[in-house]
Amino acid sequence: MSLLQVNNLVVEFPNRRGTLRALDDISFAIAPGEILGVVGESGAGKSLTGASIVGLLEPPGRVASGQILLEGRRIDNLPYEEMRHIRGRQIGAIFQDPLTSLNPLYTIGRQLIETIQTHLPVNASEARKRAISLLEDTGIPAAAERIEHYPHQFSGGMRQRVVIALALAAEPKLIVADEPTTALDVSIQAQIITLLQRICKDRGAAVMLITHDMGVIAETCDRVAVMYAGRIAEIGPVHEVINKAAHPYTAGLMAAIPDMSIDRERLNQIDGAMPRLNAIPPGCAYNPRCPKAFDRCSKERPDLLAAGATRAACWLHEAGGSV
Amino acid sequence: MTALVQATDLAKTFDVSAPWLNRVLEGKPRQLLHAVDGVSFEIEKGKTLALVGESGCGKSTVARLLVGLYEPTRGGLTFDNQDAHAAFKTPEGRVLRRRIQMIFQDPYASLNPRWIVEDIVGEPLKEHGIITDKAQLKARVGELLVSVGLSALDMVKYPHQFSGGQRQRISIARALATEPEFLVCDEPTSALDVSVQAQVLNIMKDLQRDRGLTYLFISHNLAVVRHVSDDVGVMYLGRLVELAPKHALFANPRHPYTRMLLDAIPKMHDTGKARTPVQGEVPNPLNPPSGCAFNPRCPHATERCRVERPQLKDFGGVRVACHAVEEGVI
Repeated sequence: MSLLQVNNLVVEFPNRRGTLRALDDISFAIAPGEILGVVGESGAGKSLTGASIVGLLEPPGRVASGQILLEGRRIDNLPYEEMRHIRGRQIGAIFQDPLTSLNPLYTIGRQLIETIQTHLPVNASEARKRAISLLEDTGIPAAAERIEHYPHQFSGGMRQRVVIALALAAEPKLIVADEPTTALDVSIQAQIITLLQRICKDRGAAVMLITHDMGVIAETCDRVAVMYAGRIAEIGPVHEVINKAAHPYTAGLMAAIPDMSIDRERLNQIDGAMPRLNAIPPGCAYNPRCPKAFDRCSKERPDLLAAGATRAACWLHEAGGSV
Repeated sequence: MTALVQATDLAKTFDVSAPWLNRVLEGKPRQLLHAVDGVSFEIEKGKTLALVGESGCGKSTVARLLVGLYEPTRGGLTFDNQDAHAAFKTPEGRVLRRRIQMIFQDPYASLNPRWIVEDIVGEPLKEHGIITDKAQLKARVGELLVSVGLSALDMVKYPHQFSGGQRQRISIARALATEPEFLVCDEPTSALDVSVQAQVLNIMKDLQRDRGLTYLFISHNLAVVRHVSDDVGVMYLGRLVELAPKHALFANPRHPYTRMLLDAIPKMHDTGKARTPVQGEVPNPLNPPSGCAFNPRCPHATERCRVERPQLKDFGGVRVACHAVEEGVI
């Protein structure tokens, strides 16, 4: 059984002029111990998917229909207090900017101990011991001293380690990591990704890794979902999606990334930009930019269809054809 | 052939001391931050020099020194055989400023939200007295917008009506307005999505080919640098550690820091292969390590590296500041 199951999730933002549909019929699952990457451009709905799962949708955003199931139990309609307990205990969250995820007025020790005691039945000295061992696990040197320090006394990479320690404090089964390395330099990024991978493997936690960096996805994830304009364009094993993209958008995105191993005079560019939520074209949202669009694409919206080892929302695959 | 742009021992020091009263009462010392500490390079006409390095290594300070936003503490800049920083101060310096323009990182912050595009792109033309006639100005702004792939009709819009990539094109159009020869681009695509980044990089390459522009391109993304540059300078803590032609640098990186940076890039097509993470972090620039600034993280560091600071030396067209390279160890 999958650990997390998202079925036909729809998230809407009602406003004065009507309702904006930010996530439109998203379905996917994460198995225990699996790392699922979610990739896409700004505004594709990556972070919103993550926020819906951890129950932190900003009002007026709301889950309009669909279900989110954690170990078979619905969590999208839980009351606030109950969800608060699941978040942290069963789902850990890591956000992009480590400085804003930590309270600048408390030492990191106090923040860790508070989190541990909220979720686990331990006394203060046990919680402190646990906090120190968590910091050691995440590679913070001299953890026993550093626990007394405030967030501003840590560098960016060290802060993100503290945030990871916080997310792991109650041994959650699922970790939602939203752009955990975007604010970091490339050498620190490699350290944090390796740490995340190791820790999840050791503890058997599943990870939903949200990022716009295809390189990070390539080295970390088992499967990847590519999002476009609030929908999943393609989902499948990471190797297949990167090397044999089935959706024209994925193919275009891959070719647009400058590659260290290939010399090209010009990068492949996808003309135009992703549509705004209030102006999503009928049919497939990608059709105005798609080089392979045909008649049907502007009329009917494709659902995810089997395409080789992956599934892609593209009419080209209806007869099992390839791009 | 002489280079169009030549920086010689360029340095910028910022005084970050506590206020005078605190220094007197609490005995706090004066503190100097050497943001850029003796950087020399040259760029030939029509070529692109890229500067790479991690946050806080002084890339952007170099950019600001080159366009005259900062006055150098030491060293100087020669542009087309004249001392640029001396010229900036004279009335004739305005002509020089016209020939050097800059593109900034964040297209959301670098355009005035209360101006329409016509005013934004037309401002340098008016400011430098290049075009004063209103109808001519409109026509010229239209041409500039078309040259970066926008429409002349866009000039009546405000910046918020454009996407990130389109805004960055507006700032390129603004930089091109005075027909500069040298463009300083400080992370021009790092705020953009990859598909949009490709559009902007392609436009920059096309413009360089058509107009013979010279670029200083600052980025922390080595794959982007590999795509756009002719030469690459790698900076660490305010100094150049390696300066080499692009192909030499990527095929055969010499400095241990360059190697580390190249190893740290995720490889797209080898899925599931872990990178070799590098240990340690960039040291605090207020208190840099003695000798070679990279020595605490360097796998080849010796006693000499902790004491003596290596100078940038030429090894067959590749300039490297490393004792180990000099001694033939690596």
